Amino acid sequence: MSARISIKGLSKVYASGLTALDNVDLEIEPGEILSLLGPNGAGKTTLISIICGIANPTSGTVEVGGYDTIRDFRNARKLIGLVPQEVSLEPFETVINTVSFSRGLFGLPRNPAHIEKILRQLSLWDKRDSKIMELSGGMKRRVLIAKALSHEPQVLFLDEPSAGVDVELRKDMWETVRALQEAGTTIILTTHYIEEAEAMADRIGVIRKGQILLVEETAALMQRLGRKQLEIELQAPLDAIPGSLSGYDLERKDERTLVYAYDTQSERTGITRLLNDVQAAGLQLRDVQTRQSSLEDIFVDLVKEDAA
Amino acid sequence: MNWQSVAAIYRFEMARTFRTLLQSIVSPVLSTSLYFVVFGAAIGSRIDQVEGVSYGSFIVPGLIMLSVMTQSITVASFGIYFPKFIGTIFEILSAPVSFIEIVIGYVGAAATKSLMIGVIILITAHFFVDIDIAHPVYMLGFLVLTCVSFSLFGFIIGIWARNFEQLQLVPLLIITPLVFLGGSFYSISMLPAAWQTVALFNPVVYLISGFRWSFFGMADVPIGWSLLAIAAFLALCLAVIWWIFKTGWRLRN
Ligand SMILES: Nc1ncnc2c1ncn2[C@@H]1O[C@H](COP(=O)(O)OP(=O)(O)OP(=O)(O)O)[C@@H](O)[C@H]1O
Ligand SMILES: [Mg+2]
Repeated sequence: MSARISIKGLSKVYASGLTALDNVDLEIEPGEILSLLGPNGAGKTTLISIICGIANPTSGTVEVGGYDTIRDFRNARKLIGLVPQEVSLEPFETVINTVSFSRGLFGLPRNPAHIEKILRQLSLWDKRDSKIMELSGGMKRRVLIAKALSHEPQVLFLDEPSAGVDVELRKDMWETVRALQEAGTTIILTTHYIEEAEAMADRIGVIRKGQILLVEETAALMQRLGRKQLEIELQAPLDAIPGSLSGYDLERKDERTLVYAYDTQSERTGITRLLNDVQAAGLQLRDVQTRQSSLEDIFVDLVKEDAA
Repeated sequence: MNWQSVAAIYRFEMARTFRTLLQSIVSPVLSTSLYFVVFGAAIGSRIDQVEGVSYGSFIVPGLIMLSVMTQSITVASFGIYFPKFIGTIFEILSAPVSFIEIVIGYVGAAATKSLMIGVIILITAHFFVDIDIAHPVYMLGFLVLTCVSFSLFGFIIGIWARNFEQLQLVPLLIITPLVFLGGSFYSISMLPAAWQTVALFNPVVYLISGFRWSFFGMADVPIGWSLLAIAAFLALCLAVIWWIFKTGWRLRN
């Protein structure tokens, strides 16, 4: 099967002269969850806006389901559901009217049963007759999701779905997303968080300054770049790393803290052995914590790899 | 044509009107009554007749046009500006609807509301003065054309405006003076000769005159000119909207 979304040579220069997208090529496969990972201002929202028809591209083409998003916008857009980054809803309208409106807007006949199913799924059914302005922020975000799902899209864009959403709801949302994927929906979500991309995505695209640096299977990318650090805090200060620990890739962050970098994907992390050896060296532990490599670490690694 | 989508937009916009139904009906009824008290009673007692029509009846078409024009612009410009302002426009832009369908939905709803207001004013006026409509079909046609073309104009303003000030600027600085000077409350022939010439450059004169003709069979300018004026205005608005559609101006940055 050919790509669900095919982006070729896409660039966007805003009226201000700022280049938000710089010759982007990207293919998104049917039924996959692709995560666009990038820092603030990377161009994630701009990319989504162009695919969805909210912004015009400066150059390049986008096809969704084989339909050009400009020449054949009707067929292309029918396939797409969008949950935007910004929560924007008509404040005085009720939940159910707002969601039903979206379905009609996309040219589909009324289907109260479908709307009910979505609202129940997103725990909004009890709030169906409330006005939008009477909802909490998290509920509003769910209304946006309900709107996007109301017209049964085959491709769903979630622009930073976990912003301002509590842990419980985030879990629910991820479950909803997985269920959609099982039903065959292609999903593109943007995020700043590696953990989120790792947990959700089949593939991760890393974007920075309007350029896609790479697109890779999540597992492969994590293997290559996903490192964790173990920080060992000691009771007593230490002048140098004892000779018995010289076999480990250890770094002395300060006189009380040792940092051990390890690969999360490898069979053996070596943590148990290290901790045993630390104890054997007569060092007393005060605290231990792990930290996932940040987006910034990944960029540093990528740039290093590029240079190599 | 994707009528399902047009209907969705139209219904959603009309819901806004019906949420504020009381205000939508009460305010034109109230303002019309006030106009009759002030113009009809106070001034009418001095003028009593204009070209064979009692002054109270004479001002009815102008009064309707005044409200219909300003309401069309206000409602239509707000209707499209508000989604831009609160951000909900993203959904309209990402939907499988053409610009023409968006325009029909929004402008249709705005024109419907101002048409309703026009009819309410006509009914209210009926309680104050006698009104015989000489050419009812023309009257309705003129009314509908005015509602539609001024709603189109309002739609353009709503897309053009970057803030609330700009949104109110055009109606306030251009339309209100043109309408008041356009012979809503007097016949152009009552003006000094020099001002009569100036008045002929005011496009609104042709609209009000034509509308008044449909009531009383008499007009400041030939009815053909009036029809031409409204047709030209409609065509101009459609052309601008077509251009906005082509370029995505102020919508798809
Ligand atoms: N309408 C606009 N006009 C001008 N510049 C814009 C506009 N929208 C976005 N930009 C600029 O384009 C760049 C990319 O913005 P974009 O919103 O796509 O980033 P993002 O990756 O979504 O960031 P975030 O993670 O903060 O949401 C930024 O530098 C931004 O300032
Ligand atoms: Mg963004």
